[in-house]
Amino acid sequence: MLDTARIRPDFPILGQKENGHRLVYLDNAATSQKPRKVIDAIVHYYSFHNANVHRGAYALAVEATEAYEAARTALARFVNAWGREGVVFTRGTTESINLVAASWGRTNVGRGDTVVVTAMDHHSNIVPWQILCQEKGATLRMVEITEDGRIDLSDFGRALESKPKIVAFPYVSNSLGTVNPAAQLSKLAHAAGAVTVVDGAQSTPHLRVDVQSLDCDFYALSGHKMLGPMGSGALIAKPALLDAMPPYHGGGEMIERVWDDRSTWNKIPHKFEGGTPNVEAAVGLGAAIAYLEQLGMERIAEHEQELARLAIERLTQIEGVTVYGPKGHRAGVVPFTYGDIHPHDLATILDRDGVCIRAGHHCTQPLMRRLGVAATARASFYIYNDVDDIDALVTAVRKAGELFGVLAS
Amino acid sequence: MSPPDLGELYQQVILDHNRSPRNFKRLDAANRRAEGNNPLCGDRIQLFVQVEGDTISDIGFQMPQGSGCAISKASASLMTDAVKGKPVADAEAMFEAFRAMLAGGANAPGKLAAFSGVRAFPSRIKCANLAWHALHAALQNSAEPVTTESARDF
Repeated sequence: MLDTARIRPDFPILGQKENGHRLVYLDNAATSQKPRKVIDAIVHYYSFHNANVHRGAYALAVEATEAYEAARTALARFVNAWGREGVVFTRGTTESINLVAASWGRTNVGRGDTVVVTAMDHHSNIVPWQILCQEKGATLRMVEITEDGRIDLSDFGRALESKPKIVAFPYVSNSLGTVNPAAQLSKLAHAAGAVTVVDGAQSTPHLRVDVQSLDCDFYALSGHKMLGPMGSGALIAKPALLDAMPPYHGGGEMIERVWDDRSTWNKIPHKFEGGTPNVEAAVGLGAAIAYLEQLGMERIAEHEQELARLAIERLTQIEGVTVYGPKGHRAGVVPFTYGDIHPHDLATILDRDGVCIRAGHHCTQPLMRRLGVAATARASFYIYNDVDDIDALVTAVRKAGELFGVLAS
Repeated sequence: MSPPDLGELYQQVILDHNRSPRNFKRLDAANRRAEGNNPLCGDRIQLFVQVEGDTISDIGFQMPQGSGCAISKASASLMTDAVKGKPVADAEAMFEAFRAMLAGGANAPGKLAAFSGVRAFPSRIKCANLAWHALHAALQNSAEPVTTESARDF
């Protein structure tokens, strides 16, 4: 496991109290906390290098551009992108997927076509496709999941028989912790003639990602879940696809020449980065990547899997607790319910002991309907969580049971 | 300042109404009805109100699919007890008093004061208000489902 005693002091927020207790932050699937190095990188950027990028002829503007582009290089290397030109900075996963839907989707999807998503997708990988399909008269096909919370591969195969234009799925489920066989799914989808869109929001922070070996076409990620600032994120794509796509936002930076009635476009990735970009977010993301690389993604994945294993073992010893998601291999996401206590009440009670968890539908309402629950409680782990955090979680859950006199169901 | 005690939020009367909600029934013949949604957590309430003349002669609620936390369920239960058999104008006045209490004002009358502890838990105020907004909508004969994200003072 990681040496959390050395990691925790790097995170200023972990030094503060939550309701008088040690802050036990277990909502990392929603957003991660930020190390001092990321916070400092942003402060340093504004203190010494701030200027608008890609246009100034003066030294400061060159420095800002270099800082911004260095972050692109770092991210390209981090996920083994097809090239720097295949890294488009966005506000996060949601914007990245909307970009693909609005640009590639509007150009290539028409009446009678099919777009495939899965029942475990986050709303951000469902709703943009619903909007596209409604606009184009196309069909959205949702692939079912198995009892133990995996993509149902036989239903996935049936969905591919309709020769979909797009197949979208999450690498790691934010609601279940399932690690999907992304390379296999992508290969099957390609054989059926589709392009693949992988929601990488929950995978990029937690395991070694290599988009070239996944061989997907588009890969969306968020920086704020991987120690970076909110508003940082990217679309990683095959450059040939980006080259052929129309722009997403019109404005400055994304053009080559502008006439009275028409324009030509800048080269990729700049064609998709209209307007002044969020340079501070990119710089902060670059610092986050450096921090993660120094720990090593393999070790991070092992650490979280061990915490998840331990949390599941300890929680399921409590009568009335149900843990959702696959048995065995899973990411550091542990969704659960406890008897007839509503997850919102659980979250409030745990918070009194400084334990922060998420309660609700986790932006996966179609999945919740299939699980037959309105909501779950979810503990999710990251590099600074340790066994003490699990102790605090389990103790607080037991307390909730006492307060409510759980009717174990 | 020490954090508020959980016992102030989960008062015994709230735990009791959560465990055995009153008027937890469908009224198929109800002449007023409304649906309330909390899109943040997915909680839903269906409210059925029978108004005869100026009086709420019967009232019932359902929370589909086991949704509804202790606060929203107990609030709906206590609300139905409080307004059943009362004039519509009195129910609207209770709605105002309840809202005012959660916004930091004086305690609402009777058992409704049990929810005064919710003030110290801002993330739970919407749970306590949901049933009351649904009641208001039903009495106004509003066809639109109420949502915690559209009512400005939730």
